[in-house]
Amino acid sequence: MDTITRRRFLTASGVVAAGALAAGGTAYGLRDILDFRSEKPRGRTLVLVTLYGGNDGLNTVIPYADPAYAANRPSMAYDEGEVLRLDDEFGLNPGLAGLHRLYGQDRLAVVHGVGYPKPDRSHFRSMDIWQTAQPDRPGTTGWLGRWLDDAGGDPRLAVSFEPVLPPLLAGATSAGATVPGGALTLPKGVTPQVLAGFGTPAAGEPPARARAAACFADLVKVRDLVDGVIADDEADDDAPATATGGQAPPLERQLALVARCIEAGSATRVYSVSLGGFDFHADEKGAQESILGTLDKPLAAFVERMADRDVVVAVYSEFGRRVRANASEGTDHGTASTVLLAGGGIPGGRYGEPPSLTDLDDGDLRHTTDFRDVYAMLLADVLGADPERVLGGWTGRLRFS
Amino acid sequence: MTDRDTVAHLLRRLTFGPTAAEVDAALEAGVGATLDAVLAPIGRTVTLPDLGAFQPGKEGRQDARRQAREAVQWWLQRMAAQPGAAEKLTFFWHGHWATSIQKVRSAPLMLAQQQTLRRYGGGDTGPLVRAMLRDPALILWLDGQRNTRTAPNENLARELMELFTLGVGAYTEDDVKAGARALTGWRASRTSGTATFVPRRHDPGPVTLLGHTGRVDADTYADLLVRHPAHLPHLVTRLWVRYGSGAAPDAATIARVTAAGGRSTTGLLRAIATDPAFAATAGQLVKQPVEWLIGAVRQLGIDTDTVPDKALRALGQVPFRPPSVGGWPVGAAWLTTSSTRARLEHAQKLTALAPDTVAELGRSAPAARLDALARLLVVDGWSERTRAVLADSAADPRRLLALGLASPEYAVH
Repeated sequence: MDTITRRRFLTASGVVAAGALAAGGTAYGLRDILDFRSEKPRGRTLVLVTLYGGNDGLNTVIPYADPAYAANRPSMAYDEGEVLRLDDEFGLNPGLAGLHRLYGQDRLAVVHGVGYPKPDRSHFRSMDIWQTAQPDRPGTTGWLGRWLDDAGGDPRLAVSFEPVLPPLLAGATSAGATVPGGALTLPKGVTPQVLAGFGTPAAGEPPARARAAACFADLVKVRDLVDGVIADDEADDDAPATATGGQAPPLERQLALVARCIEAGSATRVYSVSLGGFDFHADEKGAQESILGTLDKPLAAFVERMADRDVVVAVYSEFGRRVRANASEGTDHGTASTVLLAGGGIPGGRYGEPPSLTDLDDGDLRHTTDFRDVYAMLLADVLGADPERVLGGWTGRLRFS
Repeated sequence: MTDRDTVAHLLRRLTFGPTAAEVDAALEAGVGATLDAVLAPIGRTVTLPDLGAFQPGKEGRQDARRQAREAVQWWLQRMAAQPGAAEKLTFFWHGHWATSIQKVRSAPLMLAQQQTLRRYGGGDTGPLVRAMLRDPALILWLDGQRNTRTAPNENLARELMELFTLGVGAYTEDDVKAGARALTGWRASRTSGTATFVPRRHDPGPVTLLGHTGRVDADTYADLLVRHPAHLPHLVTRLWVRYGSGAAPDAATIARVTAAGGRSTTGLLRAIATDPAFAATAGQLVKQPVEWLIGAVRQLGIDTDTVPDKALRALGQVPFRPPSVGGWPVGAAWLTTSSTRARLEHAQKLTALAPDTVAELGRSAPAARLDALARLLVVDGWSERTRAVLADSAADPRRLLALGLASPEYAVH
């Protein structure tokens, strides 16, 4: 059931919470987000970066000093001379120069061995598990969607710049806002009257058709949308097509929009951005290094730009990869991986227990930190919320001391 | 539902957007004969366009782009020209065994895969799965050619079970590892356009796979999959989501369709179209962009060669380029402000390509024009809301037609 599409939250399939379907496609203009103000004093801001496809954690934060690492990956290991050194045990992938610089300034935290019990190695299901924070049975609400329900449900509190709302922002009674990038100038002759007319609800129509109509009403709100942001007119022929995520604008553009909103003083608390293309079953080394570069540059620049603001960035993927390389110089689907945290006063350094490379669970790493501990820290420390309410009574929490 | 609504619903779902004349003929022939007629051509191969050979290296890259463009053009033209269910079923299978030219990098191989989907896609899935495990495009896409006895590559075996045949929960991680071993030894070549089996790269040792222990090769594996109790329900679910309600059917519906349809995909399609729950799905299925475009092209009598490449890119769905092995999204994912805007824009562009149809619409009396438009676009009727918007533009047939194509009633069927 879950494999039909990872967008299953937003299909009118009955699994979606009614509130999310009603609000899920609601688009806001950038102007709406820039002008968003709140009565409450502004707390810290969370920027969540989702890497679709299963990023290889062992070749991201590299245990170069562990002989088992090179032994398991003879043709795709990095040696001590190649890594960007963190300390005597670990180094970063050479593609992560910007993050390495942040680490040197104690502004990047690496959390080792993050995962969940009974790991699932399906891209689609594992991403659902991370986004719902419900490892036993992913439900129909995302963890930040549930936070949003509790925070009053204003969609502008949780914003995504992707064309479709990511499941993690779907709550039971509310949902985050999608702010489509690109040109939203209306075609000639399409008047506000037409949009308002088509956007009028019709009694008794099926939910899908009601949604189709509601999009016209949303379009009325979205005007003069994005200046200085251009639509993608050309498909990128060279982009990897192994992404198990939707098609989002380039990360650089998504982060530029986030930065603008934060600098404008928007009351938005959560931003979701994403990058796909991490599924390397073959010829991984060069390809992963290159795509990590496309993560590193905009991300490090963003953290620098937000240096004196209270903005925390968290980076995760649906799983890491198998410890042992396959014969194709790639890796198959694995389990626990690294979560990166940066900015907003996060103390730099390495946290959590690095998983053993020899004591494995069926060839895969055993997780040492439950991802809900990381979420609990973000909910409590960054969003000032009660993690237990959002995480179904989960009491663990990542500590930095 | 009137009889006309019934046959219109059937044709809208099974084919790529029927014309008013096709609905008339179906109404004349009756539901049974219409079903027979649209299902009949399924399983026939076609003459593929000659794109020229694949050329490796830098010089080849430019040519590969031309080949890819021509392959898409050719397929769109075929979709528009064929009134039956065959081409839409091929499109369904393309989204199911979702393979992207971005990694395959060879349009001839994509077309060869499509021919396989055409040849076997209407029958029992046994031969289809066997053939797909030998399909060069799929092997390249999921790293099958890198899968050897010394260290198997699990990509193909995993997606084969998770997405293509069984669904999550019907197999274990050990099955993935065993499945990868069973598929070792296949290599694909872009240059020769073939897949070959290299015995010395194959792992001949016994494996335990889906409860069966022994030597397993690709054919044995395919047979284990299609005989697995989860296989037909998985396929029926995927078919129902694309042809029925856009949502997973309940267990009772799956059981009814499976019992009525037997093991052949054409039989299952027939069972879906005649299932008591099928009529009630009208108005619940969001058209995918290709369906929206080809339906409009057929109804407006447009030559697909005049439709700019950009249209499908802007609408978010380009054949041979699914976003991932999971295929294209379904349902409300296609109902966003961005897609609504794209439909408004391309409705205008399509209308500009169909002056004769606009003139024809203009010949109906202004008072009857909205009904003429519904007939032309095979929409059962306009809601009061939409009727009000269209009535404002009834005096301008070109504008009226563009608004009809962009309307909520035309986005969902």
